[in-house]
Amino acid sequence: MKARPFLLVVGLLALWQLVIVLAGPPAYILPGPWPVAKALVTQFPVLLSHSLTTTLEMVFGLLLGILLGTSCALAMIVSSRLKRWMLPLLLISQALPVFALAPVLILWFGYGMTSKIAMALLIIFFPVTASFYQGMRRTSPELLELARIMGAKPLAILRYIVVPSGLPSFAAGVRMAAAVAPIGAVVGEWVGSSSGLGFYMLHANGRMQIDRMFAALVLLAGLSLLLSLIVDRLLARLIFWEPEKGKIT
Amino acid sequence: MGRCTTFTPSGDPLLSTDLVASIVREAAAPAVMVDHITVAFGERRLFDDFSLRLDGGRTTCLLGPSGCGKSTLLKLIAGSGPPLLSGVICLEPDAGKLDCAWMGQDDLLLPWLSLIDNVLLGAKLRGELTNALRQQARNLLRLAGLGNHEHDLPSRLSGGMRQRGALLRTLMEGRVIVLMDEPFSALDALNRQRLQDLAVQMIKGRTVLLVTHDPLEALRLADRVVVLAGSPVRVVASLEPPGRPPRPPGSPEIARQYGELLAMLMDGNNL
Repeated sequence: MKARPFLLVVGLLALWQLVIVLAGPPAYILPGPWPVAKALVTQFPVLLSHSLTTTLEMVFGLLLGILLGTSCALAMIVSSRLKRWMLPLLLISQALPVFALAPVLILWFGYGMTSKIAMALLIIFFPVTASFYQGMRRTSPELLELARIMGAKPLAILRYIVVPSGLPSFAAGVRMAAAVAPIGAVVGEWVGSSSGLGFYMLHANGRMQIDRMFAALVLLAGLSLLLSLIVDRLLARLIFWEPEKGKIT
Repeated sequence: MGRCTTFTPSGDPLLSTDLVASIVREAAAPAVMVDHITVAFGERRLFDDFSLRLDGGRTTCLLGPSGCGKSTLLKLIAGSGPPLLSGVICLEPDAGKLDCAWMGQDDLLLPWLSLIDNVLLGAKLRGELTNALRQQARNLLRLAGLGNHEHDLPSRLSGGMRQRGALLRTLMEGRVIVLMDEPFSALDALNRQRLQDLAVQMIKGRTVLLVTHDPLEALRLADRVVVLAGSPVRVVASLEPPGRPPRPPGSPEIARQYGELLAMLMDGNNL
């Protein structure tokens, strides 16, 4: 079972090399794994500092996005009047393409990390809000009735019944958010920045250093996977009671 | 499933009676009066000037064809049903608040709480959790043969154990009025009988309304069996089986009354 990730990576690399050998594209279109690995090693200190920027943007975007998403979901579940006001606002926020917003965000928040975090946050909070809210909405009505008969106040029902009922869906939302977090950070860096893997890729692209560009891409993929993995582990610990349902095989 | 669900209800009879009695606050449980109520779902009148008295400290079983309004009546008494167009539901003799404990067909154990925390759910929801209550819950769990499972999550328990947990949760509410909506119907025959016996032992002295679709269950557990039928629903029969519950299922008296009840239910269905 531990061999699977290793085999996957090796398999992908082999496929890559096969394409290079068979199609023989010029190095400025698709460099082989070997030059990219070399770029990864020689450029490692530079790449590391850019990775740090991107990682921070992703992590802060994720944390703030989860915070905002959770707050929105809770606000909507607590007050249906608030919900009626917020729902169209949420939809508008998602109807605007975030990529179109990027220049505006950079205008407002500057070239630094803040604009990228804002960008990641905008992408992230919606799946969290939507899933958590839906999850809480699906709390068993019989459970709610039981709690009411037991004499529970609405706040206690929210805390002990509704919120835990929504947590598995919340986890699904956060997993999705973790997967899209890099998009926000990197697109923000493309539009305007002075550090980060997205910036580095544009920079390398402009100088035809395609091997370096791919090195950054590989690193970005690794970081995204790592982020998703960590988030997944943390969520599994948070939602310890969720059994593995619906196993087909 | 291969999981073993055997248990011995009481090692020490003295302990059990004391413990169970200590949970019920008042000595004499009041009666519940359902007094000339009228309830409608849209155009359809579910209850029209309907009355029923649940004797204090006794178990009343409601039988009737499905959809006749048994569960609605239970909800009305619990205060969570549709609004009363007329009439009242109140306690007798005193007109105090009608606080009750509820147990349904589904165990409704919270999957993220351990068994003992589920048993203590009511106190936790009301912010009344104390160490004394926790100790009480622990004793009850031991009494119900669940002493080794108090920290298990419900997903690790069998259906019978979970429903036993639900019974204990109902009991821990310490309410003199207990409403049960087909609480045993999801269990297999063996577990059902065990849980019925445990329930009778533990809810003795309370005013109980038990909704069931099983005439045998009613005859085993009830001080009084009430048969509902018709639309709007009315009481078509009422009988008091001889002897004290839980009655052994095999006795000729029960067998005879079972036939009568079944015939009544059939008639009710054709009304």
